Amino acid sequence: MNLLRDSATIARRNVIRIRRVPDVMAFVVVQPIMFVLLFAYVFGGSIDIPGGNYREFLMAGIFSQTVVFGATFTGAGLAEDMQKGLINRFRSLPMSRSAVVAGRTVSDVVYNALSIIVMSLAGLAVGWRIRGSFLDAVVAFALLLFFAYSFSWVMACIGLLVPTPEVVNNATFVVLFPLTFIANTFVPSDNLPGVLKPIAEWNPVSTLTQAVREGFGNLPVGTPEPTAWPLQNATLYTLVWAAILIVVFAPIATRLYQRAGAR
Amino acid sequence: MTSSPSDTSVSARGLIKTYGEVTALAGLDLDVPGGTVLGLLGPNGAGKTTAVSILTTLVRPDSGSAHVAGVDVMADPRGVRSRIGLSGQYAAVDEHLTATENLEMIGCLYGMPRREARRRGLDLLEQFRLMEASDRPLKTFSGGMRRRIDLAGALVADPPVLFLDEPTTGLDPRSRGELWDAIRERVKGGTTVLLTTQYLEEADQLADEIVVIDHGRSIAKGTAEQLKRRVGGEHLDVHVSGDGAVATTESILAAVATGPLRIHHDDGELSAPVSNGVEALSTVLRELESRQVTIVDIGLRRPTLDDVFMELTGHEAEAEVSS
Ligand SMILES: Nc1ncnc2c1ncn2[C@@H]1O[C@H](COP(=O)(O)OP(=O)(O)OP(=O)(O)O)[C@@H](O)[C@H]1O
Ligand SMILES: [Mg+2]
Repeated sequence: MNLLRDSATIARRNVIRIRRVPDVMAFVVVQPIMFVLLFAYVFGGSIDIPGGNYREFLMAGIFSQTVVFGATFTGAGLAEDMQKGLINRFRSLPMSRSAVVAGRTVSDVVYNALSIIVMSLAGLAVGWRIRGSFLDAVVAFALLLFFAYSFSWVMACIGLLVPTPEVVNNATFVVLFPLTFIANTFVPSDNLPGVLKPIAEWNPVSTLTQAVREGFGNLPVGTPEPTAWPLQNATLYTLVWAAILIVVFAPIATRLYQRAGAR
Repeated sequence: MTSSPSDTSVSARGLIKTYGEVTALAGLDLDVPGGTVLGLLGPNGAGKTTAVSILTTLVRPDSGSAHVAGVDVMADPRGVRSRIGLSGQYAAVDEHLTATENLEMIGCLYGMPRREARRRGLDLLEQFRLMEASDRPLKTFSGGMRRRIDLAGALVADPPVLFLDEPTTGLDPRSRGELWDAIRERVKGGTTVLLTTQYLEEADQLADEIVVIDHGRSIAKGTAEQLKRRVGGEHLDVHVSGDGAVATTESILAAVATGPLRIHHDDGELSAPVSNGVEALSTVLRELESRQVTIVDIGLRRPTLDDVFMELTGHEAEAEVSS
């Protein structure tokens, strides 16, 4: 009970900050628009996918990439709290030990939901449409948010380990670029060479993208059935990954938080 | 707070904490009877913040034991947290939130209903004259104002024991006085306070008992009066000007001093503890005249806590050096 109450208090605080911190707004609003436009107009004409419309294909990839990068907020936010001494203040209060990190991961769902709304509008403007059923689309959005939520626990651990928010940004870019590019986000995984292909096929960012693409009905007619098991069972595989990330990283993050100030 | 207020004392036995090669605490004992103020005095790096961090459950000692308000710090840290208020050495506030939002958040995390937390927060802002700033993000506040909001955070839930780590460093004299009043008022209501400070005047003003620590252990304790008496004698202060005047005066004073000299090279001010004040004064005057040192001012005075500090630690309180 304490956990819920305290997490809500922390989440409320973080949400208030969204409005007040201009660079956060820029990240939430400007970056997704930029990605949609860049990919739509720069690559849109030159990348061919069998039987389809690249812009439409692309949107699910941009959605996945953006929400995964959104998890960076969790890490950077916690690193900033540590740097500013707030973590120590929280640790001296009779609050739940998990609430600071849990509240942060919850409020980052709000960031991601905002980004998704902005991206969807930008996508609609360049011609993207949801072709599947309403329910499938809702499930796809929910899956995006849930995977991003689980991933923010990973970033929370990084944020609690490094000395400053800047380090979080640097560290995560090194991890997140390969993770989101060695995937079917921007090109079909069948097009990837050699060893990259199986990596992409088993990458949960690919399965997330695949599930979202299916949910939005954005796979062109006549797309060959994927041969890899994860892509055939994209939703299930993605959910299992999300669950594993939470089960493994939530306790680690809580432990790191408890020791954080003692450095 | 709902916890039983019967025992609000703080005690520590044999606290040891090392960071690699550095010994931050080397067996510190502390006792703060309920409803009193203990002033923890010590130079930079003496271990004041480490002691506060251990008592407020932020850091675990390598060995030793501690009790706060009857609760064992190591065995039940959570129980301790619900009975204490902490204001750390550096203001820890969320600078994107307003003063009211910050205090409300802290109150809620103490388990207060949101409304009550807000009302308490507003009361404190009023008391600290921060009302007009209550709706502005703290980013736009001066350092001193943030500091006072941080202190208000420690008071929101009215905890029975307060830990204040250098609470008035960086405050102007008026704010400092107001903070002292706020602390006195709480103590009158039965709150126990452990405060660290570099300002000897602050310890003199607020503390029932003073513990001087250096290199992680207590080197003296007592009331301000007891400590001053300990230094005994009088002090001879000399203010000189001119090239080489300080060096000359230093050698003259060294001959009559009963303890280490205190020297402000830039200002040309020197101070020496002496046993027979009048005799020392006339000797020094004679010597200074014969060596043709220009005397701006010279005089005898009773010892202050500054002198105690100097005598005990062999170095001055940093805050005094930098001022
Ligand atoms: N987290 C830490 N890691 C390494 N060394 C530390 C750490 N915290 C404190 N120390 C060392 O322990 C000693 C005591 O530090 P502490 O902060 O308790 O002193 P202090 O009396 O509060 O000093 P100040 O007046 O400067 O605030 C210092 O030598 C300091 O460098
Ligand atoms: Mg300190």
